[in-house]
Amino acid sequence: MTHAPHIPVVGSRPQRPDGADKVTGRARYGADLSLPGMVWGAVLRSPHAHARILSIDTSAALALPGVLAVLTSADMAANFSADVAAGESHIDLQDMSRNVLAREKVLYHGHAVAAVAATSQRLAKEALKAIQVEYAPLPVVLDLDAAMHPDAPVLHPGMFTRGLPETPSVASNIASRLVMQKGNVDEGFAEAEVVMERTYTCASAHQGYIEPHACLASAGADGQIDLWCCTQGHFAVRSYTAALLGLDPASIRVTASEIGGGFGGKTTVYLEPLAVALSRKCGRPVKMQMSREEVFRATGPGSATRITVKVGARRDGTLIAMDALMEYEAGAFKGSPAGAGAMTIFTSYSAPHQRAVALDVVVNKPKVAAYRAPGAPQAAHATECLLNELAAELGIDPLDLRCRNAVTNGTPTVYGATLRNIGLQECLDAARVHPHWSAPLGPNQGRGLAVGFWFNHGAQSSASVHLVEGGKLLVQEGNPDIGGSRASMALMAADTLGIPYADVHPVVADTASVGYSDMTGGSRVTYATGYAVIEACRELVERLKSRAATVWGVEPSQVEWRDGVAIDGRDPSRSMSIAELAALSGRMDGPLSGQGSVNLKSAAPSFAVNIADVEVDPETGASRVLRFTAIQDAGRAIHPDFVEGQLQGGAVQGIGWALNEEYRFDANGVMENPGFLDYRMPVASDLPMIDTVIVEVPWPDHPFGVRGVGETPICAPIAAVASALNAAAGTTIREVPLSPPRVLAAIMAKD
Amino acid sequence: MGVQAYRAPRSIPEAVSLLSSEAGAFALGGGTDLLVQQRSGARQPGSFIDLKRIPGMLGIEQLPSLWRIGAATACGEVASHPGLRSELPGLVEAAGLIGSKQVQGRASLGGNLCNASPAADSVPALVANRAVLVVAGPEGERRIAAECLTLGPGRTVLGRGEFVCAIEIPRPAARQSDAYLRFIPRTEMDIAVVGAAASLRVDEGGRCIAARIALGAVAPTVLTSPEADAALTGSMLEPEAIAACVAIAQAACSPISDRRGTAEFRRHVAGVLLRRVILAASQRLAKEG
Amino acid sequence: MAIHVQTRVNGQATEFLCEADASALDVLRDTLGLTGSKEGCNSGDCGACSVLLDGTLVCACLVLGAELEGRELLTIEGVAPPGGLHPVQQKLLEHNAMQCGICIPGIVVAAKALLDRDPDPDETTVRFALAGNLCRCTGYDKIIRAVLDAAAAMREGAGVRA
Repeated sequence: MTHAPHIPVVGSRPQRPDGADKVTGRARYGADLSLPGMVWGAVLRSPHAHARILSIDTSAALALPGVLAVLTSADMAANFSADVAAGESHIDLQDMSRNVLAREKVLYHGHAVAAVAATSQRLAKEALKAIQVEYAPLPVVLDLDAAMHPDAPVLHPGMFTRGLPETPSVASNIASRLVMQKGNVDEGFAEAEVVMERTYTCASAHQGYIEPHACLASAGADGQIDLWCCTQGHFAVRSYTAALLGLDPASIRVTASEIGGGFGGKTTVYLEPLAVALSRKCGRPVKMQMSREEVFRATGPGSATRITVKVGARRDGTLIAMDALMEYEAGAFKGSPAGAGAMTIFTSYSAPHQRAVALDVVVNKPKVAAYRAPGAPQAAHATECLLNELAAELGIDPLDLRCRNAVTNGTPTVYGATLRNIGLQECLDAARVHPHWSAPLGPNQGRGLAVGFWFNHGAQSSASVHLVEGGKLLVQEGNPDIGGSRASMALMAADTLGIPYADVHPVVADTASVGYSDMTGGSRVTYATGYAVIEACRELVERLKSRAATVWGVEPSQVEWRDGVAIDGRDPSRSMSIAELAALSGRMDGPLSGQGSVNLKSAAPSFAVNIADVEVDPETGASRVLRFTAIQDAGRAIHPDFVEGQLQGGAVQGIGWALNEEYRFDANGVMENPGFLDYRMPVASDLPMIDTVIVEVPWPDHPFGVRGVGETPICAPIAAVASALNAAAGTTIREVPLSPPRVLAAIMAKD
Repeated sequence: MGVQAYRAPRSIPEAVSLLSSEAGAFALGGGTDLLVQQRSGARQPGSFIDLKRIPGMLGIEQLPSLWRIGAATACGEVASHPGLRSELPGLVEAAGLIGSKQVQGRASLGGNLCNASPAADSVPALVANRAVLVVAGPEGERRIAAECLTLGPGRTVLGRGEFVCAIEIPRPAARQSDAYLRFIPRTEMDIAVVGAAASLRVDEGGRCIAARIALGAVAPTVLTSPEADAALTGSMLEPEAIAACVAIAQAACSPISDRRGTAEFRRHVAGVLLRRVILAASQRLAKEG
Repeated sequence: MAIHVQTRVNGQATEFLCEADASALDVLRDTLGLTGSKEGCNSGDCGACSVLLDGTLVCACLVLGAELEGRELLTIEGVAPPGGLHPVQQKLLEHNAMQCGICIPGIVVAAKALLDRDPDPDETTVRFALAGNLCRCTGYDKIIRAVLDAAAAMREGAGVRA
């Protein structure tokens, strides 16, 4: 029997399996599910940025008709054992609990203090007004200098700076000090012919997902809990919720809804434990959803930073020493990505002497959350802008400067790993030959170049595959699809099995239906979860071969699997299709499935090069990105449309951060712009098309050569745009965002 | 206590009566400001009196000497009206800049006026064009100049039971044109940091015989300056005359610093925009020939 | 006190009760179960709840439910017959122009409104027509291309696929 050869689909651009649902409105997101008997939850938030909670009286609220339950921190578990699984980051459950519901103190304006469940949204909001909270306001700490001042009010009396040579005796707002280094920077600077040192700052920016946090919890009388929510990791939600409420994780079944954007901001919990606790109290399903204002005031954002970078070089542009002091605001609880910033800040460069000192500083602002390559965009802003300043100082082309100093395979990093199979030089080469790099510029226009780097992540993923009658394949994976990963899973499964893409049906399964999977984050899903899918498919192939061997009375090793067909190795004319084998299940050993579970310790480092052209109106300081090219090594682009989409989306988030986005606080720590009107994310008319170049240097640890692509795209744009704008305006603005008033002031100061 | 009622009167007397008699009654036009303010708690209406079902509140009418625009007419309709586009291009520009296409599907000139925001886009353009507001109220109808409506941010001269039912804009004479420009950090979706409008009329020789400028977001209410206008009148709109006009207007600005811009920035950009908007209007005249 | 409203939604006579300050979006999502219109901001700044009210593009969050009396509302659920696709939807799919997808229902409705009145928009026109629809994932590039492509297909006769 002959069969059609399977044409590989990896690298092609089919429509995504869940596409129709997304264009017709059928896809169900966090706030789209309702249940019979459902009631509504709402959160009371602090009007103070820093205050002691003297008392909370919920009796009047509880007495209102229609109010079914009220929750305060007294209802949360008070003690926590070990850490829970948390993907990329360390999780302090004590802090997480206090962020979800304040205990003793409120630490930022908008901090959750209490929650209610009532029979309507309207009643729930009315009930919040009936909760009496007595506060004793405390002085607020709103920036790095205020927080690190010796006399600063201390947010956490029990917090002593970690990472100092000697354990301090006085509590501090500096949670930790981390030093990453290689070589000896002092010796390096002594050797240098040119030394430049500059300080760069970035404002806090929000992830800006369009879907506010939402969830629906239903607790049964037997303690079984169903939780539906928009999250980047429903297994993490299970772990955190169980730990915060003292429940057995196995009793909580979490279903990830479609997710309306996350970018790192949906890797923690805010509402979910409250909804579960309220549902347990009132015995009814409880739905909660944040307003946009709540999203801004109490979730995200990324850290505000101040980074002082010093580089030492020879006159020919060879970098010798690089040093940085990196101060990151963590918000109300420790855990800024200062450490990740320190691990990325100089990784693109081969200077032998490198050091980065990173401080994690708490302030009375919302606790920061991961935001796409957490900590790296701010770090790249500092290094890349300084290198562009250095290039100008030395009269060297910025691209030449990068090429001269780009890291190569075999270079040890400050964080221990040795780089291998990297594609930085290939990206730089792609920039050099791209028409954008040599295109002419008009008056008031400037060009900026920047390099971005992110580690990417591997870690734990599970997948199951099941043959359906007819030979179609069901793929169950445990990662919410935030940007087309179902399509990538289906492509890899199709090629592993040798079946058409359309025959693969990927499903994001709930926590009771697939094995544990770490979060959708760290650019890890196509890499690690894809790997699990491939493993599951490989196991299925072995079973299929074994079935065919039984039918033919041969050894499984004598069966070959090719193009979705089992072939008798002794008699290649004899074959059985996947559909034929599926049809035999009932008469043989039962349903055919495969299981894959991986814990990938390695991850492929990823580099990008961005080129931006910006035009400035010298009379108003207004600027406009005219052209943007994002070049990135994807290892292997499983689905190029979605790889391009990551590059384009990351570029535009970076453009927004560079030009207009920022958290603005008044003197009392109240955010002044908690809405999309005044928190200015880029709109369609602000932007040009975003050109992309996908470089493919395969990563050998993955069957298809995949390298994560989600986070690296946001690393370089801030620096590229800032450098371009400064070139256009003839300024050296080192603060982000480069909003029109700031640009105009710099132009006028120059004149 | 929340909003207790929604009413959609079918006549002006009915609306006046509801607005006069109901405690906390708020006139509802397009709702793009009021609904947002109600949700944030900035305004606390007891009831909504929807004016859009009253005959005459919607629609654009061309009369021999003026344009009459129903106060609740959506800005999108104003911005796409062929007659207005040719006669009052600056007003059309302003109406077309208010929020997104979605917002323009609801927002009205009457609402833009009565919301009394110093940053309202349409107000400088209406004022530059000497628009008159037709106000209905318990005492009957009265007319007030557009620039006389607001007393300060969020406050108008309208008494209890009064509402703006129409906007009348004189039709431009021969060799008269207008323009509107605003500054926002993005290209859309922002509230004006500064807005500038100009209406100019020239004689056959190109000499300016009438000028009126108006600036938004640089003072508690829309800023006009007869002195600045006078600096243009009689000139050939040469750079020196424009610079003189700009200097006078800038000196009259009293902007504030807020999350959208600093006072210094506003004052500076007001000058830039005013110069550009005068040039834009004069270029329109030059095109008309 | 609840208000009784009779209206038409996606061509069907519909009646509901709502509070005086309930938005059309509240009514669609919570009362009528039409959850394709999304709430991203509840202030008219994101466009995720874009609908056509008597043919005019508006944000459902900035319309009161009570205002729908006697009107005709078209939502994402009504831009194509069941199982069918509007050319804008088809092209968004073909270009893989969506990532998380939450903004897409609003984009579809806004793009349809544009192409209903302007069959041959240029890129700038499309960008300004969609400026009220925030997308945080895509950088808009593929969305703009898909809408331009849909316009071209419609000029060549493509219609709503049943």
